[in-house]
Amino acid sequence: MAGEDELKLLGTWASPWVSRVKLALHLKGLSYEYVEQDLDNKSDLLLTSNPVHKKVPVLIHNGKPICESVVILEYIDEAYGTTGPSLLPTDPYERAIARFWVDYIDQKLVIPWKVAFTADGEEEKTEGIKQMLAVVQTLEGALKECSKGKPFFGGDSVGYVDIALGGLLAFLQGTEELCGTKPFDIANTPLLLAWVERFTALDAAKVALPDVTKLVEFAKTKRAQMALSIKK
Amino acid sequence: TACTTQTQTQIDRDPKQPGAMAGEKGLVLLDFWVSPFGQRVRIALAEKGLPYEYAEEDLMAGKSDRLLRANPVHKKIPVLLHDGRPVNESLIILQYLEDAFPDAPALLPSDPYARAQARFWADYVDKKVYDCGSRLWKLKGEPQAQARAEMLDILKTLDGALGDKPFFGGDKFGFVDAAFAPFTAWFHSYERYGEFSLPEVAPKIAAWAKRCGERESVAKSLYSPDKVYDFIGLLKKKYGIE
Repeated sequence: MAGEDELKLLGTWASPWVSRVKLALHLKGLSYEYVEQDLDNKSDLLLTSNPVHKKVPVLIHNGKPICESVVILEYIDEAYGTTGPSLLPTDPYERAIARFWVDYIDQKLVIPWKVAFTADGEEEKTEGIKQMLAVVQTLEGALKECSKGKPFFGGDSVGYVDIALGGLLAFLQGTEELCGTKPFDIANTPLLLAWVERFTALDAAKVALPDVTKLVEFAKTKRAQMALSIKK
Repeated sequence: TACTTQTQTQIDRDPKQPGAMAGEKGLVLLDFWVSPFGQRVRIALAEKGLPYEYAEEDLMAGKSDRLLRANPVHKKIPVLLHDGRPVNESLIILQYLEDAFPDAPALLPSDPYARAQARFWADYVDKKVYDCGSRLWKLKGEPQAQARAEMLDILKTLDGALGDKPFFGGDKFGFVDAAFAPFTAWFHSYERYGEFSLPEVAPKIAAWAKRCGERESVAKSLYSPDKVYDFIGLLKKKYGIE
Protein backbone atom coordinates (compact mmCIF):
# COMPACT_ATOMS: atom_id res chain seq x y z
CA MET A 1 0.00 0.00 0.00
CA ALA A 2 1.36 3.41 -0.94
CA GLY A 3 1.60 6.21 1.56
CA GLU A 4 3.57 7.11 4.64
CA ASP A 5 4.11 4.73 7.47
CA GLU A 6 3.79 6.83 10.61
CA LEU A 7 5.05 5.80 14.03
CA LYS A 8 4.56 7.95 17.11
CA LEU A 9 5.74 7.00 20.60
CA LEU A 10 4.20 8.55 23.69
CA GLY A 11 6.62 8.22 26.58
CA THR A 12 8.49 9.70 29.51
CA TRP A 13 12.28 10.00 29.44
CA ALA A 14 12.82 8.01 32.63
CA SER A 15 10.46 5.11 31.99
CA PRO A 16 12.18 1.75 31.48
CA TRP A 17 9.05 0.48 29.70
CA VAL A 18 9.37 3.31 27.18
CA SER A 19 13.09 2.56 26.82
CA ARG A 20 12.16 -0.98 25.81
CA VAL A 21 10.11 0.31 22.90
CA LYS A 22 12.82 2.79 21.87
CA LEU A 23 15.34 -0.07 21.87
CA ALA A 24 13.12 -2.22 19.67
CA LEU A 25 12.40 0.59 17.20
CA HIS A 26 16.07 1.44 16.94
CA LEU A 27 17.14 -2.20 16.51
CA LYS A 28 14.61 -2.58 13.72
CA GLY A 29 15.88 0.60 12.06
CA LEU A 30 12.48 2.28 12.31
CA SER A 31 12.05 6.04 12.52
CA TYR A 32 9.38 7.51 14.74
CA GLU A 33 8.20 10.70 16.35
CA TYR A 34 8.75 10.77 20.09
CA VAL A 35 6.33 12.82 22.21
CA GLU A 36 7.34 13.37 25.84
CA GLN A 37 4.35 13.15 28.20
CA ASP A 38 3.62 14.96 31.45
CA LEU A 39 2.02 12.27 33.63
CA ASP A 40 0.91 14.85 36.22
CA ASN A 41 -1.04 16.57 33.49
CA LYS A 42 -2.08 13.88 31.02
CA SER A 43 -2.56 14.93 27.42
CA ASP A 44 -5.77 14.30 25.50
CA LEU A 45 -3.74 12.20 23.09
CA LEU A 46 -2.54 9.94 25.90
CA LEU A 47 -5.99 9.63 27.45
CA THR A 48 -7.69 8.79 24.17
CA SER A 49 -4.89 6.43 23.09
CA ASN A 50 -4.75 4.53 26.38
CA PRO A 51 -8.11 5.05 28.11
CA VAL A 52 -7.81 1.79 30.05
CA HIS A 53 -4.45 2.27 31.80
CA LYS A 54 -3.64 5.95 30.99
CA LYS A 55 0.06 5.03 30.99
CA VAL A 56 3.12 5.17 28.78
CA PRO A 57 4.44 3.75 26.55
CA VAL A 58 1.86 4.00 23.80
CA LEU A 59 2.92 3.32 20.22
CA ILE A 60 0.65 4.91 17.65
CA HIS A 61 1.00 3.32 14.20
CA ASN A 62 -0.81 5.20 11.44
CA GLY A 63 -3.17 6.59 14.06
CA LYS A 64 -3.86 3.26 15.79
CA PRO A 65 -2.62 2.91 19.39
CA ILE A 66 -0.92 -0.11 20.91
CA CYS A 67 -0.41 -0.19 24.70
CA GLU A 68 1.66 -2.20 27.23
CA SER A 69 5.40 -2.52 26.50
CA VAL A 70 5.38 -6.30 25.99
CA VAL A 71 2.39 -6.09 23.61
CA ILE A 72 4.14 -3.28 21.72
CA LEU A 73 7.37 -5.29 21.36
CA GLU A 74 5.52 -8.27 19.87
CA TYR A 75 3.56 -5.91 17.62
CA ILE A 76 6.73 -4.29 16.28
CA ASP A 77 8.20 -7.73 15.58
CA GLU A 78 5.08 -8.85 13.71
CA ALA A 79 4.11 -5.65 11.89
CA TYR A 80 7.71 -5.22 10.73
CA GLY A 81 8.47 -8.89 10.22
CA THR A 82 10.57 -8.26 7.11
CA THR A 83 12.30 -5.12 8.40
CA GLY A 84 15.54 -5.49 10.28
CA PRO A 85 16.33 -8.41 12.58
CA SER A 86 13.68 -10.56 14.28
CA LEU A 87 13.25 -9.76 17.95
CA LEU A 88 11.73 -13.10 18.92
CA PRO A 89 13.25 -16.47 17.99
CA THR A 90 11.58 -18.46 15.19
CA ASP A 91 11.46 -21.81 17.00
CA PRO A 92 8.15 -22.22 18.94
CA TYR A 93 9.77 -23.61 22.08
CA GLU A 94 12.46 -20.91 22.15
CA ARG A 95 9.73 -18.30 21.71
CA ALA A 96 7.94 -19.72 24.75
CA ILE A 97 11.17 -19.59 26.79
CA ALA A 98 11.80 -15.99 25.72
CA ARG A 99 8.25 -14.99 26.66
CA PHE A 100 8.63 -16.80 29.97
CA TRP A 101 11.73 -14.81 30.96
CA VAL A 102 10.22 -11.49 29.92
CA ASP A 103 7.16 -12.31 32.00
CA TYR A 104 9.45 -13.32 34.89
CA ILE A 105 11.28 -10.00 34.76
CA ASP A 106 7.99 -8.12 34.86
CA GLN A 107 6.48 -10.27 37.60
CA LYS A 108 9.44 -10.68 39.91
CA LEU A 109 12.16 -8.06 39.53
CA VAL A 110 10.31 -4.78 39.75
CA ILE A 111 8.42 -5.19 43.02
CA PRO A 112 11.33 -6.07 45.33
CA TRP A 113 13.40 -3.36 43.60
CA LYS A 114 10.71 -0.82 44.49
CA VAL A 115 10.60 -2.11 48.07
CA ALA A 116 14.38 -1.79 48.39
CA PHE A 117 14.15 1.71 46.92
CA THR A 118 11.28 3.12 48.97
CA ALA A 119 11.29 1.13 52.24
CA ASP A 120 11.41 3.17 55.41
CA GLY A 121 12.41 0.41 57.78
CA GLU A 122 15.75 -1.44 57.66
CA GLU A 123 14.07 -4.87 57.86
CA GLU A 124 11.74 -4.18 54.94
CA LYS A 125 14.61 -2.81 52.86
CA THR A 126 16.84 -5.80 53.61
CA GLU A 127 14.03 -8.16 52.59
CA GLY A 128 13.51 -6.24 49.31
CA ILE A 129 17.22 -6.42 48.54
CA LYS A 130 17.33 -10.13 49.35
CA GLN A 131 14.40 -10.89 47.04
CA MET A 132 15.79 -8.71 44.27
CA LEU A 133 19.17 -10.43 44.40
CA ALA A 134 17.50 -13.85 44.32
CA VAL A 135 15.69 -12.82 41.15
CA VAL A 136 18.92 -11.53 39.63
CA GLN A 137 20.56 -14.84 40.44
CA THR A 138 17.79 -16.68 38.60
CA LEU A 139 18.29 -14.35 35.62
CA GLU A 140 21.99 -15.24 35.62
CA GLY A 141 20.92 -18.85 35.13
CA ALA A 142 18.47 -17.78 32.44
CA LEU A 143 21.22 -15.95 30.57
CA LYS A 144 23.42 -19.03 30.69
CA GLU A 145 20.54 -21.19 29.40
CA CYS A 146 19.35 -18.83 26.68
CA SER A 147 22.69 -17.54 25.37
CA LYS A 148 24.44 -20.93 25.24
CA GLY A 149 27.78 -19.16 25.42
CA LYS A 150 26.82 -16.43 22.95
CA PRO A 151 26.79 -12.69 23.82
CA PHE A 152 23.04 -12.14 24.32
CA PHE A 153 19.86 -13.85 25.64
CA GLY A 154 18.92 -13.85 21.95
CA GLY A 155 22.19 -15.57 20.98
CA ASP A 156 24.45 -13.79 18.52
CA SER A 157 22.13 -10.82 18.28
CA VAL A 158 19.95 -8.86 20.67
CA GLY A 159 16.55 -10.43 21.23
CA TYR A 160 13.30 -10.05 23.10
CA VAL A 161 14.66 -10.84 26.57
CA ASP A 162 17.69 -8.59 26.03
CA ILE A 163 15.34 -5.72 25.16
CA ALA A 164 13.02 -6.40 28.09
CA LEU A 165 15.89 -6.41 30.60
CA GLY A 166 17.85 -3.78 28.71
CA GLY A 167 15.04 -1.26 29.10
CA LEU A 168 15.64 -1.43 32.85
CA LEU A 169 19.41 -0.96 32.57
CA ALA A 170 19.67 2.66 33.69
CA PHE A 171 17.71 1.76 36.82
CA LEU A 172 19.88 -1.33 37.33
CA GLN A 173 23.01 0.77 37.00
CA GLY A 174 21.59 3.23 39.52
CA THR A 175 20.58 0.49 41.95
CA GLU A 176 23.63 0.78 44.19
CA GLU A 177 22.91 4.44 44.84
CA LEU A 178 19.14 4.10 44.97
CA CYS A 179 18.72 0.83 46.85
CA GLY A 180 21.98 0.41 48.67
CA THR A 181 23.17 -2.71 46.87
CA LYS A 182 24.90 -3.62 43.62
CA PRO A 183 22.54 -5.84 41.61
CA PHE A 184 25.39 -7.56 39.76
CA ASP A 185 28.82 -8.64 40.91
CA ILE A 186 31.65 -10.70 39.48
CA ALA A 187 31.30 -13.48 42.04
CA ASN A 188 27.56 -14.19 41.66
CA THR A 189 26.55 -12.82 38.27
CA PRO A 190 29.59 -12.74 35.97
CA LEU A 191 27.52 -13.42 32.83
CA LEU A 192 25.10 -10.58 33.56
CA LEU A 193 27.99 -8.21 34.32
CA ALA A 194 29.52 -8.95 30.92
CA TRP A 195 26.09 -8.65 29.30
CA VAL A 196 25.62 -5.17 30.83
CA GLU A 197 28.95 -4.03 29.33
CA ARG A 198 28.00 -5.40 25.93
CA PHE A 199 24.48 -4.01 25.98
CA THR A 200 25.36 -0.49 27.06
CA ALA A 201 27.92 -0.33 24.22
CA LEU A 202 25.16 -0.79 21.63
CA ASP A 203 24.06 2.24 19.60
CA ALA A 204 20.47 1.42 20.44
CA ALA A 205 21.25 1.60 24.16
CA LYS A 206 22.93 4.97 23.81
CA VAL A 207 19.82 6.34 22.10
CA ALA A 208 17.15 4.62 24.16
CA LEU A 209 18.43 4.67 27.74
CA PRO A 210 18.37 7.76 29.95
CA ASP A 211 21.54 9.12 31.54
CA VAL A 212 22.11 7.22 34.79
CA THR A 213 23.17 10.23 36.84
CA LYS A 214 20.14 12.23 35.72
CA LEU A 215 17.89 9.26 36.43
CA VAL A 216 19.29 8.71 39.93
CA GLU A 217 18.79 12.38 40.79
CA PHE A 218 15.25 12.30 39.41
CA ALA A 219 14.37 9.11 41.31
CA LYS A 220 15.68 10.54 44.58
CA THR A 221 13.65 13.71 44.11
CA LYS A 222 10.52 11.70 43.39
CA ARG A 223 11.10 9.55 46.44
CA ALA A 224 11.47 12.60 48.67
CA GLN A 225 8.31 14.14 47.20
CA MET A 226 6.32 10.94 47.81
CA ALA A 227 7.60 10.69 51.38
CA LEU A 228 6.54 14.28 52.03
CA SER A 229 3.07 13.77 50.57
CA ILE A 230 2.51 10.63 52.66
CA LYS A 231 3.54 12.44 55.84
CA LYS A 232 1.01 15.15 55.07
CA THR B 1 -10.72 -35.81 50.42
CA ALA B 2 -13.17 -33.55 48.62
CA CYS B 3 -10.58 -32.84 45.97
CA THR B 4 -9.98 -36.51 45.18
CA THR B 5 -13.71 -36.79 44.56
CA GLN B 6 -13.52 -33.86 42.18
CA THR B 7 -10.61 -35.46 40.42
CA GLN B 8 -12.54 -38.68 40.04
CA THR B 9 -15.48 -36.78 38.63
CA GLN B 10 -13.16 -35.17 36.12
CA ILE B 11 -11.69 -38.55 35.19
CA ASP B 12 -15.13 -40.05 34.80
CA ARG B 13 -16.36 -37.36 32.46
CA ASP B 14 -13.25 -36.96 30.34
CA PRO B 15 -12.74 -39.71 27.78
CA LYS B 16 -9.27 -38.36 27.09
CA GLN B 17 -7.91 -39.55 30.43
CA PRO B 18 -4.46 -41.20 30.61
CA GLY B 19 -4.32 -44.36 28.55
CA ALA B 20 -6.94 -43.50 25.95
CA MET B 21 -5.74 -40.98 23.34
CA ALA B 22 -3.16 -39.68 25.76
CA GLY B 23 0.04 -38.27 24.40
CA GLU B 24 -0.54 -38.75 20.64
CA LYS B 25 0.99 -35.35 20.12
CA GLY B 26 3.27 -35.81 23.12
CA LEU B 27 1.25 -33.39 25.21
CA VAL B 28 0.81 -33.70 28.97
CA LEU B 29 -0.98 -31.02 31.01
CA LEU B 30 -0.18 -30.65 34.72
CA ASP B 31 -3.24 -28.93 36.14
CA PHE B 32 -5.59 -28.46 39.08
CA TRP B 33 -9.28 -29.16 38.51
CA VAL B 34 -10.75 -25.76 39.40
CA SER B 35 -7.88 -23.53 38.24
CA PRO B 36 -9.11 -20.96 35.71
CA PHE B 37 -5.54 -20.73 34.38
CA GLY B 38 -5.41 -24.46 33.74
CA GLN B 39 -8.87 -24.33 32.19
CA ARG B 40 -7.65 -21.81 29.64
CA VAL B 41 -5.23 -24.44 28.38
CA ARG B 42 -7.87 -27.20 28.41
CA ILE B 43 -10.18 -24.95 26.38
CA ALA B 44 -7.44 -24.07 23.89
CA LEU B 45 -6.43 -27.72 23.43
CA ALA B 46 -10.08 -28.66 22.84
CA GLU B 47 -10.66 -25.78 20.41
CA LYS B 48 -7.59 -26.94 18.50
CA GLY B 49 -8.57 -30.61 18.59
CA LEU B 50 -5.25 -31.57 20.16
CA PRO B 51 -5.19 -34.78 22.20
CA TYR B 52 -3.34 -34.69 25.51
CA GLU B 53 -2.87 -36.46 28.78
CA TYR B 54 -4.44 -34.63 31.73
CA ALA B 55 -2.48 -35.00 34.95
CA GLU B 56 -4.11 -33.66 38.12
CA GLU B 57 -1.85 -32.07 40.72
CA ASP B 58 -3.48 -32.20 44.14
CA LEU B 59 -2.40 -28.72 45.20
CA MET B 60 -4.35 -28.89 48.46
CA ALA B 61 -1.97 -31.69 49.48
CA GLY B 62 1.19 -29.82 48.43
CA LYS B 63 3.44 -29.68 45.40
CA SER B 64 4.64 -32.88 43.79
CA ASP B 65 8.22 -33.57 42.67
CA ARG B 66 6.89 -33.75 39.14
CA LEU B 67 5.52 -30.19 39.37
CA LEU B 68 8.64 -28.81 41.04
CA ARG B 69 10.81 -30.34 38.30
CA ALA B 70 8.54 -29.02 35.54
CA ASN B 71 8.24 -25.49 36.94
CA PRO B 72 11.10 -24.84 39.36
CA VAL B 73 10.82 -21.05 39.01
CA HIS B 74 7.14 -20.52 39.86
CA LYS B 75 6.14 -23.97 41.17
CA LYS B 76 2.66 -23.48 39.69
CA ILE B 77 0.21 -25.14 37.36
CA PRO B 78 -0.64 -25.18 34.53
CA VAL B 79 2.45 -26.67 32.95
CA LEU B 80 2.27 -28.09 29.45
CA LEU B 81 4.86 -30.75 28.72
CA HIS B 82 5.50 -31.24 25.01
CA ASP B 83 7.69 -34.27 24.38
CA GLY B 84 8.89 -33.81 27.94
CA ARG B 85 9.79 -30.10 27.63
CA PRO B 86 7.84 -27.80 29.95
CA VAL B 87 6.03 -24.62 28.93
CA ASN B 88 4.79 -22.47 31.84
CA GLU B 89 2.31 -19.61 32.37
CA SER B 90 -1.14 -20.11 30.82
CA LEU B 91 -1.07 -17.31 28.22
CA ILE B 92 2.44 -18.32 27.17
CA ILE B 93 1.17 -21.88 26.77
CA LEU B 94 -1.70 -20.64 24.60
CA GLN B 95 0.72 -18.75 22.37
CA TYR B 96 3.01 -21.78 22.24
CA LEU B 97 0.11 -23.88 20.95
CA GLU B 98 -0.46 -21.28 18.21
CA ASP B 99 3.22 -21.44 17.19
CA ALA B 100 3.81 -25.18 17.58
CA PHE B 101 0.61 -26.38 15.88
CA PRO B 102 0.10 -23.92 13.00
CA ASP B 103 -2.26 -26.30 11.17
CA ALA B 104 -4.71 -26.46 14.08
CA PRO B 105 -7.50 -23.84 14.34
CA ALA B 106 -5.95 -20.54 15.48
CA LEU B 107 -7.14 -18.54 18.48
CA LEU B 108 -5.21 -15.41 17.52
CA PRO B 109 -6.18 -13.46 14.38
CA SER B 110 -3.58 -13.10 11.63
CA ASP B 111 -3.49 -9.29 11.42
CA PRO B 112 -0.71 -7.84 13.65
CA TYR B 113 -2.87 -5.01 15.00
CA ALA B 114 -5.74 -7.36 15.84
CA ARG B 115 -3.22 -9.67 17.53
CA ALA B 116 -1.93 -6.77 19.60
CA GLN B 117 -5.48 -5.95 20.70
CA ALA B 118 -6.05 -9.59 21.66
CA ARG B 119 -2.81 -9.71 23.66
CA PHE B 120 -3.70 -6.42 25.36
CA TRP B 121 -7.09 -7.64 26.57
CA ALA B 122 -5.79 -11.07 27.60
CA ASP B 123 -3.12 -9.24 29.61
CA TYR B 124 -5.83 -7.02 31.13
CA VAL B 125 -7.84 -10.07 32.23
CA ASP B 126 -4.65 -11.59 33.63
CA LYS B 127 -3.65 -8.49 35.60
CA LYS B 128 -7.08 -7.69 36.99
CA VAL B 129 -9.72 -10.39 37.34
CA TYR B 130 -8.32 -13.11 39.61
CA ASP B 131 -6.52 -10.81 42.05
CA CYS B 132 -9.47 -8.47 42.44
CA GLY B 133 -11.84 -11.41 42.78
CA SER B 134 -9.63 -12.92 45.49
CA ARG B 135 -9.72 -9.70 47.44
CA LEU B 136 -13.52 -9.80 47.25
CA TRP B 137 -13.73 -13.07 49.18
CA LYS B 138 -10.64 -12.61 51.37
CA LEU B 139 -11.30 -9.14 52.76
CA LYS B 140 -13.95 -7.35 54.79
CA GLY B 141 -15.06 -3.78 55.43
CA GLU B 142 -13.44 -0.92 53.55
CA PRO B 143 -10.83 -3.02 51.68
CA GLN B 144 -13.60 -5.30 50.43
CA ALA B 145 -15.69 -2.31 49.36
CA GLN B 146 -12.68 -1.10 47.40
CA ALA B 147 -12.30 -4.53 45.75
CA ARG B 148 -16.01 -4.45 44.89
CA ALA B 149 -15.71 -1.05 43.23
CA GLU B 150 -12.69 -2.28 41.27
CA MET B 151 -14.46 -5.46 40.17
CA LEU B 152 -17.43 -3.44 38.86
CA ASP B 153 -15.01 -1.20 36.98
CA ILE B 154 -13.18 -4.21 35.51
CA LEU B 155 -16.43 -5.86 34.37
CA LYS B 156 -17.73 -2.62 32.85
CA THR B 157 -14.45 -2.10 31.02
CA LEU B 158 -14.58 -5.62 29.60
CA ASP B 159 -18.24 -5.10 28.73
CA GLY B 160 -17.22 -2.06 26.69
CA ALA B 161 -14.35 -3.91 25.05
CA LEU B 162 -16.66 -6.72 23.97
CA GLY B 163 -19.26 -4.32 22.62
CA ASP B 164 -21.76 -5.86 20.24
CA LYS B 165 -19.45 -8.62 19.05
CA PRO B 166 -20.49 -12.21 19.87
CA PHE B 167 -16.95 -12.94 21.09
CA PHE B 168 -13.90 -10.85 21.97
CA GLY B 169 -12.38 -12.46 18.89
CA GLY B 170 -15.25 -11.10 16.76
CA ASP B 171 -17.38 -13.72 15.07
CA LYS B 172 -15.00 -16.44 16.17
CA PHE B 173 -14.16 -17.63 19.69
CA GLY B 174 -10.57 -16.46 20.15
CA PHE B 175 -7.59 -15.82 22.41
CA VAL B 176 -9.27 -13.39 24.79
CA ASP B 177 -12.37 -15.58 24.98
CA ALA B 178 -10.21 -18.57 25.96
CA ALA B 179 -8.35 -16.41 28.50
CA PHE B 180 -11.50 -15.05 30.13
CA ALA B 181 -14.03 -17.89 29.75
CA PRO B 182 -12.86 -19.86 32.84
CA PHE B 183 -13.81 -16.89 35.00
CA THR B 184 -17.45 -17.28 33.95
CA ALA B 185 -17.62 -20.04 36.58
CA TRP B 186 -16.40 -17.51 39.18
CA PHE B 187 -18.95 -14.78 38.33
CA HIS B 188 -21.55 -16.31 40.66
CA SER B 189 -19.08 -16.18 43.57
CA TYR B 190 -18.04 -12.62 42.72
CA GLU B 191 -21.73 -11.65 42.64
CA ARG B 192 -22.39 -13.21 46.02
CA TYR B 193 -19.33 -11.79 47.77
CA GLY B 194 -19.57 -8.46 45.97
CA GLU B 195 -23.37 -8.20 46.25
CA PHE B 196 -24.04 -7.21 42.69
CA SER B 197 -25.79 -8.67 39.66
CA LEU B 198 -23.67 -9.27 36.58
CA PRO B 199 -26.50 -8.77 34.05
CA GLU B 200 -27.09 -5.34 35.63
CA VAL B 201 -23.44 -4.31 35.78
CA ALA B 202 -22.17 -5.83 32.52
CA PRO B 203 -25.06 -7.23 30.43
CA LYS B 204 -22.93 -7.98 27.37
CA ILE B 205 -20.46 -9.98 29.45
CA ALA B 206 -23.36 -11.89 31.01
CA ALA B 207 -24.69 -12.79 27.54
CA TRP B 208 -21.17 -13.66 26.38
CA ALA B 209 -20.74 -15.98 29.37
CA LYS B 210 -23.86 -17.93 28.32
CA ARG B 211 -22.58 -18.12 24.76
CA CYS B 212 -19.23 -19.48 25.96
CA GLY B 213 -20.95 -22.04 28.14
CA GLU B 214 -22.67 -23.43 25.05
CA ARG B 215 -19.33 -24.35 23.49
CA GLU B 216 -18.20 -27.91 24.14
CA SER B 217 -14.60 -26.84 24.84
CA VAL B 218 -15.76 -24.56 27.65
CA ALA B 219 -18.55 -26.79 29.00
CA LYS B 220 -16.20 -29.77 29.30
CA SER B 221 -13.42 -27.75 30.97
CA LEU B 222 -15.32 -25.77 33.60
CA TYR B 223 -16.92 -26.83 36.86
CA SER B 224 -20.27 -25.48 38.00
CA PRO B 225 -20.43 -22.07 39.72
CA ASP B 226 -21.67 -23.84 42.87
CA LYS B 227 -18.59 -26.07 42.94
CA VAL B 228 -16.37 -22.99 42.56
CA TYR B 229 -18.24 -21.28 45.41
CA ASP B 230 -17.71 -24.35 47.60
CA PHE B 231 -14.04 -24.43 46.66
CA ILE B 232 -13.65 -20.81 47.78
CA GLY B 233 -15.19 -21.86 51.08
CA LEU B 234 -12.51 -24.56 51.35
CA LEU B 235 -9.77 -22.03 50.62
CA LYS B 236 -11.08 -19.64 53.25
CA LYS B 237 -10.99 -22.45 55.82
CA LYS B 238 -7.45 -23.30 54.76
CA TYR B 239 -6.30 -19.71 55.17
CA GLY B 240 -8.25 -19.27 58.38
CA ILE B 241 -10.51 -16.57 56.93
CA GLU B 242 -13.96 -16.19 58.44
